[in-house]
Amino acid sequence: MNHQSKCCCLETDEQKYKKIEEIIEEYKDKEGSLIQILHFAQGIFGYLPLELQEFIAKKQNIPLSEISGVVSFYSFFSTQPRGENTIRVCLGTACYVRGGKKIVEKLKEILDVNVGDTTIDRKFTLEVMRCIGACGLAPAISINDKVYKQVNPDKLKSILEKYY
Amino acid sequence: MINLTINNKNVKAKDGMTILEAAKFNNIIIPQLCYLEGVHQIGSCRICVVEVEGAKTLQSSCMVKAKEGMVVRTNTKLVRQARKVIYELMLSDHPKNCLSCSRNQSCEFQKLGELLQIDDIRFEGEKSKSIVDYSSPSIVRDTSKCILCRRCVTVCNEIQGVGVINAQNRGFKTIIGPPDDLPINSVNCSNCGQCITVCPVGALYEKESVDDVWQALYDENKRVVIQTAPAIRAALGEEFGYEPGTLVTGKMVSALRDIGFDDVFDTNFAADLTIVEEGTEFLKRITNSLHEKEATLPMITSCSPGWIKYIEHAYPEKLTHLSTCKSPHMMLGALIKSYYTKKIDINPKDVYVVSVMPCTAKKFEITRPEMNSTGYPDVDAVLTTRELARMIKDAGIDFKTLGDSEFDNPLGLSTGAADIFATTGGVMEAALRTVYEIVTGRELPFKNLHVIPVVGFEQVKVAEILIENPLPEYDFLNNITVKVAVTSGLDGAKKLMEEINNGTSPYHFIEVMGCPGGCISGGGQPRPTNDYVREKRLEAIYKEDEGKELRKSHDNPFVKKLYEEFLDYPLGHLSHKYLHTDYTKRGLFNEYLKK
Repeated sequence: MNHQSKCCCLETDEQKYKKIEEIIEEYKDKEGSLIQILHFAQGIFGYLPLELQEFIAKKQNIPLSEISGVVSFYSFFSTQPRGENTIRVCLGTACYVRGGKKIVEKLKEILDVNVGDTTIDRKFTLEVMRCIGACGLAPAISINDKVYKQVNPDKLKSILEKYY
Repeated sequence: MINLTINNKNVKAKDGMTILEAAKFNNIIIPQLCYLEGVHQIGSCRICVVEVEGAKTLQSSCMVKAKEGMVVRTNTKLVRQARKVIYELMLSDHPKNCLSCSRNQSCEFQKLGELLQIDDIRFEGEKSKSIVDYSSPSIVRDTSKCILCRRCVTVCNEIQGVGVINAQNRGFKTIIGPPDDLPINSVNCSNCGQCITVCPVGALYEKESVDDVWQALYDENKRVVIQTAPAIRAALGEEFGYEPGTLVTGKMVSALRDIGFDDVFDTNFAADLTIVEEGTEFLKRITNSLHEKEATLPMITSCSPGWIKYIEHAYPEKLTHLSTCKSPHMMLGALIKSYYTKKIDINPKDVYVVSVMPCTAKKFEITRPEMNSTGYPDVDAVLTTRELARMIKDAGIDFKTLGDSEFDNPLGLSTGAADIFATTGGVMEAALRTVYEIVTGRELPFKNLHVIPVVGFEQVKVAEILIENPLPEYDFLNNITVKVAVTSGLDGAKKLMEEINNGTSPYHFIEVMGCPGGCISGGGQPRPTNDYVREKRLEAIYKEDEGKELRKSHDNPFVKKLYEEFLDYPLGHLSHKYLHTDYTKRGLFNEYLKK
């Protein structure tokens, strides 16, 4: 698991839970803070597995079904482990007509994952988006905060290499 | 009062009424679906939309308050069209197999379709993903039939305070259920079945046992014994068109005989027995605590299996507060397979015990591995009140024309104290009638023996009983004030449990029934159970109690005989074997079971 040591998650699960507990404590008496807590928890843990939701449910005294209801409602929240890097392929109208779909297919092939999933080495999570506002340079993808313009399926490998 | 106009009529309404209520108040009916009076009004289905002058869009009348001078129209072209389209869109994602649905002819969605004169399926769209969840012995979920009204969510979260189910996912993918698509049997569901009683369609229903019971009846080698809970006699009639609150005890017994049950016993008998056992247990605990011996107080009743499952999940460290008494029908089952089989000299393996219960949690209870004190299950099948009604109809019995019959003995006679087990406050009152008399030698000092402070539908009720001049052997109880609390519904139980958790509970004895109002409004009772119906069933139960010659459990001659012939004395060796049980630590996420 040496890729783990390369990423930011040097902390043990125990340390992460401790951090999350501190955040819950901070928000304890503030009503309507569940989304905030989930947001932080995902930031710390990377994703929101059921065990973590149970932990929050118990600490917050909220039914688990309500927490999972919120987690499954917002697409921002993920219950699956996420990759170190998130690739988002734009499928807004302009990117779509200029071959966004082909990029998705090619990425699925290269990374061997479906949309929404994470590669086995936890390097990349593949997602699609509606419009990232780069229509003039379609088709576009983003990796983390960086936007790649006029992407051609053949260029993908060289782009991804930068992240290894 | 306020004045408004509905459909060009000047009408009056009470302050604070919604448009829907104001219309109803003036005998104008607005079609509705998700609305459930006093329970659920969140406007999720939009069927009750109306036109309000000055409003940009149609308004859902169950949500919007009626205001002075408001002009409302409930049946314009626009309203009727909108209502119909809303219905048709719901129908487009609803199975059309009504004939084979458990709610055929009693479905609120079906009735609304008739009201709206839906005569064509205009929209055939994509069907949402559905889960049929048979995991629980009590409750079946079929989300394909769910119309997402969320009544069950309100009941489970806000009324019961358990929160096992909620809306998961979003939009077309929304499903009402436990987290993460978990089967209902693997989460902290208490099996109370209150969700079933409010479901307007066939998305939530009890796990049927009618076929199993018929099979047993067809088996010539089986002696099939049936018992009925106290709450059945005050509700079964509703399924045959009687007014709520009509007592049908005698007809019910006749019907059970006509179906072919070999013995018709009364769970009430075991309720009397419960009082003797539980009363003795309570006295033992209070005696021990006053003599500085180990004793857990408050003691809490254990008749309600929904409550038991709830405490096992929510307060696993507090199980010693529970009385160790099995619930009455489990006691009776164990006695049928031991005492009674010995008496009539047959092998308990050839006996099949059926319990008719107002309860879905009892279906789970009989599957508990510890409930087999004879080596065979104490009870083999549980039918809800609704299932029994279906069985009677299916057997071709014209219920209304039946004459009255009596329960069989020796397990059929009961006192009035047993009848009131059906309602919140009843077990406490019955226990006090016996315990007070054992301690003082005098009758409980309440008019008509009713402990008025614990009667009624308030969530938490308390009473204090001062013990004065007790019998010499109970001298140590002189001038002690016994403090009791009664609650029904799991949200109330949570409040009393939090006090115990914080060490602030002032009570000696607590009665908890899992369903709001007690067993009369259990998850297996006829639909609907609203405030009016609940009140009527309660009146019927007290009427049954007051009509009895014997009204105190310890006066039941067959209970006395049972101790003479079989059990020896309360809390004795055989009582422990057949009538008492222990509990399972589960935890909110079943974490104790996983350990």
